[in-house]
Amino acid sequence: MSAVKQRALAWVVVAALGGLLLLQSPAAHAQAEPDPWFWLASTMVAALAVLSIRRLANLEGGRWVGSLTAALFGLWVVYFWQVLVVAFAVPRVLLPPPLAIVEAMGLHGAVLWRDFVQTVLKAVLIGWALGCGAGFGVAVAIDRMPFLQRGLLPLASLTSTIPLVAVAPIAVMWFGFEWPSKAAVVVLMTFFPMLVSTLAGLQAAGKLERELMYSYAASYRRTLLALRLPAALPFMFAALKVNATLALIGAIVAEFFGSPTSGLGFRISTEASKMNMSLVWGAIVVAAVTGSLAYALLVQIERRAAFWHPSIREGRVT
Amino acid sequence: MTEAVWRASWQRLRLQGAPVLVVLLSVLLLWYAGAWAMNAQGAIERVLPADQPWSWQDLLAATLSMERPVLPAPHQVAADLWASLTGWPMDSPRNLLFHVAVTGESTLWGFVMGTALGLLLAVAIVHSRTLDRALLPWIVASQTVPVLAIAPIVLVILGSLGFSGVAPKAVIAMYLCFFPVTVAMVQGLRSPQRIETEMLYTYAASRWQALWLLRLPAALPFLFPALRVGIAAGLVGAMVAELPTGAQAGLGARLLTGSYYGNTVQIWSALVMSALLGLALTAAVAAVEQLVLRNRRQA
Repeated sequence: MSAVKQRALAWVVVAALGGLLLLQSPAAHAQAEPDPWFWLASTMVAALAVLSIRRLANLEGGRWVGSLTAALFGLWVVYFWQVLVVAFAVPRVLLPPPLAIVEAMGLHGAVLWRDFVQTVLKAVLIGWALGCGAGFGVAVAIDRMPFLQRGLLPLASLTSTIPLVAVAPIAVMWFGFEWPSKAAVVVLMTFFPMLVSTLAGLQAAGKLERELMYSYAASYRRTLLALRLPAALPFMFAALKVNATLALIGAIVAEFFGSPTSGLGFRISTEASKMNMSLVWGAIVVAAVTGSLAYALLVQIERRAAFWHPSIREGRVT
Repeated sequence: MTEAVWRASWQRLRLQGAPVLVVLLSVLLLWYAGAWAMNAQGAIERVLPADQPWSWQDLLAATLSMERPVLPAPHQVAADLWASLTGWPMDSPRNLLFHVAVTGESTLWGFVMGTALGLLLAVAIVHSRTLDRALLPWIVASQTVPVLAIAPIVLVILGSLGFSGVAPKAVIAMYLCFFPVTVAMVQGLRSPQRIETEMLYTYAASRWQALWLLRLPAALPFLFPALRVGIAAGLVGAMVAELPTGAQAGLGARLLTGSYYGNTVQIWSALVMSALLGLALTAAVAAVEQLVLRNRRQA
């Protein structure tokens, strides 16, 4: 390891030690009023944290340096959240400290798991698959028949202007309180982005390649399967990633308008009305982690499926 | 306009207008058929006489004019919209334009604040390596937090602190607007080629001069599509933000009261109005884009 890297890591270790020392003070545990020494110490720790992150960010490195910088930044934000919320005695209703959120998640783990199954595994997954599948199917149909493109595309773009909040009560009225209505909302939200991206992707195959298939007397179906769909994969994956986040938000908001006694949106609204903010934030953490994991999973699948695309090849250092 | 331009635009209208018209008519037909099918059971139970025989014409007439239908017919929605827009003065809560003004105000404030925040963040990220590596991944990750889900709670908290009215709704709209603007501006501010940035370096231009003369003009074509996405997202945020404040005013509140009282036609007319508002806002941004980028040649 080079000397520059060693020094940067040394700064990180020093800042971490300073943070741990600050946690030993009684003010950080709400056992005493914060005195001026505490504020001085926390300012110094903050300065150490900023300096160490700057050193780390200025390193020339591969992907791990960037991930480490971002992860450290996130950790420091959580750390100061905990320390400052306790030191300022911020009421729990307003902003609970991270440890209280973790405690609430541990206490109500079974409830959160049931909510996760209800919202994510049923409404989000099924709605996302159906919506993206419908968008893909309509895009292939539009590609096959240009008449549909001129007629259907402007109307399909209208579906994207209907706000999610408007669709949710209507879906609950038509499909009932259970998860099908949430899945219907998700289908409507994910349909148009997938349609537009697949259409753009189907135009992406180069003229040279298309003429090569023509010279092989390949039928429309063969050209589609062997050339145009693989070429469209980067565009489709971009839409799939965006739709994963949209699907989660859609299912959670749709649950505000009526749902059985489980579901992440239901949990957020009922616990909020009970002023049980730690569990509310716990449910939000579950939703955020699910969204991030889904995004990361799709990125990994894309790396395998569309390995030839420049945006994925450029990421490799070797 | 010259004769040739007239003929060309008429031909384009015929070429593009005919398919849209065909699909529009078939959608209307499907809507009427759907209204007939979905309202049939309710009509049979509640509207049609139980003792006298009724024909399919009676059923058709009943399903298309119910007071609380499952799916209102298009003419019912249109009539409700017309009555609301023309039958009441502009400042009455029964006129949909009043609600449009309330929602539109929050959306526009949130959009302006979100764009300003996005621009500031993008300029900071492009000029500071620390922020680029530490902050940008978290900004991307911030969109996985379902803000629309916590919006009602944030509003209750802000309300208890004394912030009410337009400000909290604009903050929610701002949170949803700033992300597309930030990502697009970072991409746009980094889009000038090396040869152009190096030329400014040979002119001994400071970083601010390079920003103002080169990077910002190059970023404008990236900015406007993001503004269109941002204003649509801001509208959804403003509507969701209206829900917890006792549903007093705004299109989101109108949707909620309609769903509470089972007033389906009110829900649908509010839905149509919000879609029209979204279209109008996006068209306004597109018009500004045409104005600002009118002198650019296609690359």
